[in-house]
Amino acid sequence: MITKMNHVSVFVLNQESAHEFYVNKLGFKVHTDAPMGPGMRWLTVCPPEQPDLQIVLMPIEKGMMFKGDSAKQMRDLVSKGTFGFGVFECNDLQATYEELKSKGVVFKKPPTKEFYGYEALFADDSGNWFSLGQKGSN
Amino acid sequence: MEQAYPKFYLYKRIVQAKLYMDSNFAEKADLNNIADEAYFSKFHFIRLFKKIYGKTPHQYLIQVRIEKAKELLQKGISITEVCSSIGFESVSTFAGLFKRNVKVTPSTYQLEYQLRQEQIKNTPLKFIPNCFAEQKGWTKNSNFEEVS
Repeated sequence: MITKMNHVSVFVLNQESAHEFYVNKLGFKVHTDAPMGPGMRWLTVCPPEQPDLQIVLMPIEKGMMFKGDSAKQMRDLVSKGTFGFGVFECNDLQATYEELKSKGVVFKKPPTKEFYGYEALFADDSGNWFSLGQKGSN
Repeated sequence: MEQAYPKFYLYKRIVQAKLYMDSNFAEKADLNNIADEAYFSKFHFIRLFKKIYGKTPHQYLIQVRIEKAKELLQKGISITEVCSSIGFESVSTFAGLFKRNVKVTPSTYQLEYQLRQEQIKNTPLKFIPNCFAEQKGWTKNSNFEEVS
């Protein structure tokens, strides 16, 4: 029986810039930062109240994972905002929206009442977008 | 679609006060000053802050200071220096508060962090799920160079 998810990948255009975005703007914590040889780094972050879910900031680079033209195609898709990677939760949506906006986070949708609850949409520095909901409102 | 939260200006002011605390955590906490920053009375400010963040401004400020202390301890800075950098006058007060919040003393926290960093440096593959390491080609090369 599967009991929980502990790692999930977010594909990013630039790992250093993603580190700055997720840690200094979103307020996530670095879980593991391991240099893996020249130009390679294993970097995971966690939402502050969810230390057992590691978000792997996976750079899109040509190699074993992306062969041939795949890396270029993936970079194009990510930068165009093709992928929505998940839903984050906060205690107060409007306050979190105001804070993140003041830190330069780009929102595709401000806090809005939908039939399923309140929701906002923001993008990370690569173009991946996420939904942001309020605890208990959905 | 209906726009949420008509009293958004209240949120802006509380968020500004929170960001003020994030930047000025080392200063002596004066709720009157912080409330003034948000143009609220002290009582109204505490009530709204707690409603939004689930903590009083004082509890939040302690949390910010403890998080900053963890960051500084991770960088190898001495406990005495950390204590003064985050606005505590007494090391014993700081150490007691740190232990209550983090469950270990500042020195134990610093030591455990350094040991983990050493382990990551010496045996990084122990910290990476095998499926990811294989995708990256890291399992096939002891020196972690990419397989061509």
